[in-house]
Amino acid sequence: MTPTYYLLLSALLFSIGAVGVLVRRNAIVVFMCVELMLNAVNLTLVTFARINGSLDGQVMAFFVMVVAAAEVVVGLAIIMSIFRTRRSASVDDSSLLKY
Amino acid sequence: MNLLVAQAQQIEAPEIHYGAIAPVLIVLGAACISVLLEALLPKHQRWAVQLVLSLLTLVGATGALILYAVSERPEQGVATLAGTVAVDSPSLFLWATLLVLAFGSVLLIADRSVEPGGAFVAQAAIRPGTIQDRAQATKTGMQTEVFPLTLFALGGMMTFVASNDLLTMFIALEVMSLPLYLLCGLARRRRLLSQEAAVKYFLLGAFASAFFLYGVALLYGYAGSVKLSSIAAAAAGTDRSDTLLFAGFGLLVVGLLFKAAVGPFHAWTPDVYQGAPTPVTAFMAACTKVAAFGGILRVITVAFENTQWEWRGVLYGVAVVSMVIGAVLGLTQTDVKRMIAYSSVAHAGFLLIGSIALVPDGEGVSATMFYLLAYGFTTIAAFGIVSLVRNSDGEATHLSQWAGLAKRSPIVAGVFTFLLLALAGIPLTSGFIGKFVVFSAAIEAGLTPLVVIALVASAVAAFFYLRVIVLMYFSDPAPDGPTVSVPGAFTTIAITLGAVVTLVLGLWPTFVLDWAGTGTFLS
Repeated sequence: MTPTYYLLLSALLFSIGAVGVLVRRNAIVVFMCVELMLNAVNLTLVTFARINGSLDGQVMAFFVMVVAAAEVVVGLAIIMSIFRTRRSASVDDSSLLKY
Repeated sequence: MNLLVAQAQQIEAPEIHYGAIAPVLIVLGAACISVLLEALLPKHQRWAVQLVLSLLTLVGATGALILYAVSERPEQGVATLAGTVAVDSPSLFLWATLLVLAFGSVLLIADRSVEPGGAFVAQAAIRPGTIQDRAQATKTGMQTEVFPLTLFALGGMMTFVASNDLLTMFIALEVMSLPLYLLCGLARRRRLLSQEAAVKYFLLGAFASAFFLYGVALLYGYAGSVKLSSIAAAAAGTDRSDTLLFAGFGLLVVGLLFKAAVGPFHAWTPDVYQGAPTPVTAFMAACTKVAAFGGILRVITVAFENTQWEWRGVLYGVAVVSMVIGAVLGLTQTDVKRMIAYSSVAHAGFLLIGSIALVPDGEGVSATMFYLLAYGFTTIAAFGIVSLVRNSDGEATHLSQWAGLAKRSPIVAGVFTFLLLALAGIPLTSGFIGKFVVFSAAIEAGLTPLVVIALVASAVAAFFYLRVIVLMYFSDPAPDGPTVSVPGAFTTIAITLGAVVTLVLGLWPTFVLDWAGTGTFLS
């Protein structure tokens, strides 16, 4: 099986994540879609590491995981604080700032 | 076992030029100490200790930077930490800019004279709108975690402008962004707006970094390495598929343009600038802009200069869109912070013109760096002024409340007028010199039509700056209008620093222009 299929799969996952960010309303789900995008990138990195025959891509995947974890910490804290205020995590409700 | 030992001996520890990267190490080290202090000190001591530590750090890092800059160092710069960080003349210039701008921002952040207790919430965990929240609004304490967060963000920015490979750049991007997301949500007044700004900035910022990262992955697939120079070498002459290169470049640039608030990737800018506490807005508007454009300059000069004829048209279009969006939507704004936000989108368009003016001799780079420095100081001072005009509800940012301000406080109105003229690019201010050098570099690079569009956009943008000036001088103040707080030492120093640099660079720009043009990026 050629590695190209993995690239296609990761492109598909990335697109699903991107569309999810754009159409979903719940901030937590939007955030999960961003995580899906990051993990799709991990798959791409690992596949290219295999194609190029170098380990760099795999090492980068670890870095991405660490960053994703840090992002979860900050992101959930922010989403929690606004949820406690508004009793809703819908991104449509946050509409005080506009125009 | 023997095999392991043999392999361990093959790995050589990379050489580290501690002198070159000392400024970044000092800032990040102090940020870690600052977190510890937050845990160990009693609450009433924290503000003073954190402030002293932050200011000492910035002074120390600037000192280390100067020591390194005047010492014997290789003309073209050094690549250290296994080639991941490049300390060259542009890095040093941008580091110095970031450190001085951060000094001004820290002063604004620490100020407690304008608002008792400062612009930051006393305890972020208290829900807005509750009884405890009304009680905490009158308390004098503040969440002193803002100091370590600011230092971490600054460390990320400094690494970002010096990173020589895309992975380092991505990590630096996150180190600078994550603290900023939190800082946005910590305003003392109007906490709902502040939290909303943090959520919007966070979700869009994470979305943009995912694009950046996918670009990095595709470029890794193309070049087999994420080093900027390897990407340039791979693009110079191979039969590899261009699809990976240009798809990777496109996604990477989307992430960078988002951070730099270039239209059409600017959607977060007005909301976040308005909702965030004003000192944080000043920090973001000045320092993030410097960092993001420093990164853009390095990436397109070092990695993509060979292929510039393929992508230049795209960034050309982006610059036009950014200037038009900034100038036209700026006209319709009624809030002074939003107005400056749209003005920053227009300025991002001007900066992008300088960034893509690479031929014939790369004067665009030094022009853009000068523009960044000039714009940063003007913006910090402008937001400093915005934080002074207040009513019982906090800052009075609606433009109608600024009517007749000159009659209440001639000095504040005068300084703000000067800063607005600098943003508009009137002669005798740094804004004019910045626009002049960027546009002349662009004309030399054959971008004359773009410069014509930019001039029209600056004329349109000048209208909304002048509208504020007219409002301040030629209308009568409302009887229940806002008062102008008398700033304490910190805010005064920050505003004076910004205004004086704006004036000095308008009169004698040669020194800084020479300094900006001393060297090129290490490739």
